[in-house]
Amino acid sequence: MKRSTIDAWVGAFVAAGFGALLFLALKVGNLASFGPEDAYQVQAKFANIGGLKVRAPVKSAGVVVGRVTDIRFDNESYEAIVTLSIASRYQFPRDTAAKILTSGLLGEQYIGLEAGGDGVMLKNGDRLRLTQSAVVLENLISQFLYSRAAEGREEKDAKK
Amino acid sequence: MAGLAPIVEIENVSFGYDPARLALDRVSVSIPRGAVVAIMGQSGCGKTTLLRMIAGWLRPSAGSVRVLGRDLAGLGDAEIFALRRRMGMLFQFGALFTDMTAFENVAFQMREHTDLPEALIHDLAMLKLEAVGLRGAAHRMPGELSGGMARRVALARAIALDPELMLYDEPFTGLDPISLGVIARLIRQLNDSLGQTSIVVSHDVAECFDLVDYVYMMSPGRVVAHGTPAALRRSDHPFVRQFVAGEIDGPIPFHYPAPRWGADLGLEAADG
Amino acid sequence: MAERAAVGSVRAGLERLGAAVTARILRLGFASRFFAYMLLHSGVALRRFALTVREIYFAGVLSLIIILVSGLFVGMVLGLQGYETLQRYGSSEALGILVALSLVRELGPVVAGLLFASRAGSAITAEIGLMKATEQIAAMEMMAVDPIARVVAPRFWAGVISMPLLAALFSAMGIFGGWLVGVQLIGVDEGAFWSQMQASVDFREDVLNGVIKSVVFGVAVSWIAVFEGYDAPPTAEGVSRATTRTVVTSSLAILALDFVLTAFMFTGGNAR
Repeated sequence: MKRSTIDAWVGAFVAAGFGALLFLALKVGNLASFGPEDAYQVQAKFANIGGLKVRAPVKSAGVVVGRVTDIRFDNESYEAIVTLSIASRYQFPRDTAAKILTSGLLGEQYIGLEAGGDGVMLKNGDRLRLTQSAVVLENLISQFLYSRAAEGREEKDAKK
Repeated sequence: MAGLAPIVEIENVSFGYDPARLALDRVSVSIPRGAVVAIMGQSGCGKTTLLRMIAGWLRPSAGSVRVLGRDLAGLGDAEIFALRRRMGMLFQFGALFTDMTAFENVAFQMREHTDLPEALIHDLAMLKLEAVGLRGAAHRMPGELSGGMARRVALARAIALDPELMLYDEPFTGLDPISLGVIARLIRQLNDSLGQTSIVVSHDVAECFDLVDYVYMMSPGRVVAHGTPAALRRSDHPFVRQFVAGEIDGPIPFHYPAPRWGADLGLEAADG
Repeated sequence: MAERAAVGSVRAGLERLGAAVTARILRLGFASRFFAYMLLHSGVALRRFALTVREIYFAGVLSLIIILVSGLFVGMVLGLQGYETLQRYGSSEALGILVALSLVRELGPVVAGLLFASRAGSAITAEIGLMKATEQIAAMEMMAVDPIARVVAPRFWAGVISMPLLAALFSAMGIFGGWLVGVQLIGVDEGAFWSQMQASVDFREDVLNGVIKSVVFGVAVSWIAVFEGYDAPPTAEGVSRATTRTVVTSSLAILALDFVLTAFMFTGGNAR
């Protein structure tokens, strides 16, 4: 076979290979939606993070704006310190609230941000003051049972 | 022919692939400049081993090999490679590169070792192909050439860089009589016109004796006789007589050593 | 007497085991020296890149069909099977995650590696082995050209370059196959398919680690293929055995390396 034909085929092959890599990086992976450089870190303390994992998404109004990069246990306050990495193009007020939410009943857990009204924006290294811990199913059930029991007693009292 | 320093000088060389059985046993060979010399003997007598030693592939376990004025014992890989550029070798079945055309095969060494412009390489390679009469087959692949033609292309490749010393490893094997005659004539022609020295390893008595100036006759591991073809034809050395005449029995027995006939047939006890 | 015979047979068994182990280790050492020599003499393959490009054609381009078709089918099967399993838990939108993660992390590099070993690796071994059997390697040495630099190194580098590209194409094609079955055929929501996939596939953790795996497999398969070819006995039987050995050894090497790499790469992720 001619040299130029071989060159053309190899060129096409290499281009297709890199195209596939690009596809994996951008369309399949999260490289496009979130690069590591253009981000700032903020921390949030939670009493209970439930099943939150590192790399869980950080969403605001349902849009992914960042990721959880680190989860640690603070031995002084006995709380979890979660580090969020938020893309620089998304700016949030300083009094933004962070909640640990679940997508669907059994889906993965993520952090939801609710913007506050402060004029000063969050910057790298800040700490979110307003947090709401994960809803733990067991606690929810015991709460429910407790209130049902209380209702039952009230009804009994009323009958009397 | 006489008077010039020998181009290859092998003195008392011994060599064995395994130390118990020597493939070469104190062999001495001297090849004068400009001559066509044959090293002959039956298969497995060590003649190809000797050729490989001259090309610097194998190192003798004893004795010295001097080629083109250099003692091979003291040379490193790079120096052996430098020396090989002054040698050419025709392999038993040509050993053409099967993924290149005849032309590319001949041009291979020029492209690897020189910075000549492509136009000049083209002309030189075509010249070499013309010398073996195959300019017309320049763009054929080796698979499309007959055995004789492939051998001639390989010959053109071997002389690509005008070597001083040509080594032929069984150049006549497997060729029809016409191709065989062509190769033999080419060996002589190239040797004389290009001022080469040629060493032909072969067991083809008829062709060799007509072609060469001098013959070394080997019997397993040793040189048993040497002389001009005419002298060897007249020799009464029993091995030479058997080899030249192609007799069935002689110093080289027809029968491979075996236990007695009766033992193999079970008629008598094996050690009986 | 019987005791002595038993001791003798145990001893013989141990000796055989020892000899086998020693032979393996010797061979590994020889292969490593060959590897180091090849890397040191890769200058030609990289400087005259046309040599390597030619081999990329044979190793990479000619493996394309089998890689693309297999990738498509593997992806389609993943789509079907994954859907079957996921819908039991009512989470069929996670199909994209399942298909993408299994391809990018495991199946892409491993299956592409296995296919590459049997398509390109065996071809490389057979080609180099045949070049040796037909004395083309020897002819090259005789022409003062180092066959490891000229023949072996370009094939090695071509394999190392081709393998990650083939693995990426396999994964991409597989994801396309999964999309075809999941979204087009079964009717999983297209938006959920892609967004869930993007949300869970991390570039560094998953994609890049998959690429690293495929590079490692490329080095392993190419190394095994060129070594087996270069080390093959120069006979038809020797070459065919070496070809088989290339496929077997490199398949085992891929699976073993995959375990080791996976253990290093993917345990840290969630345990942190």
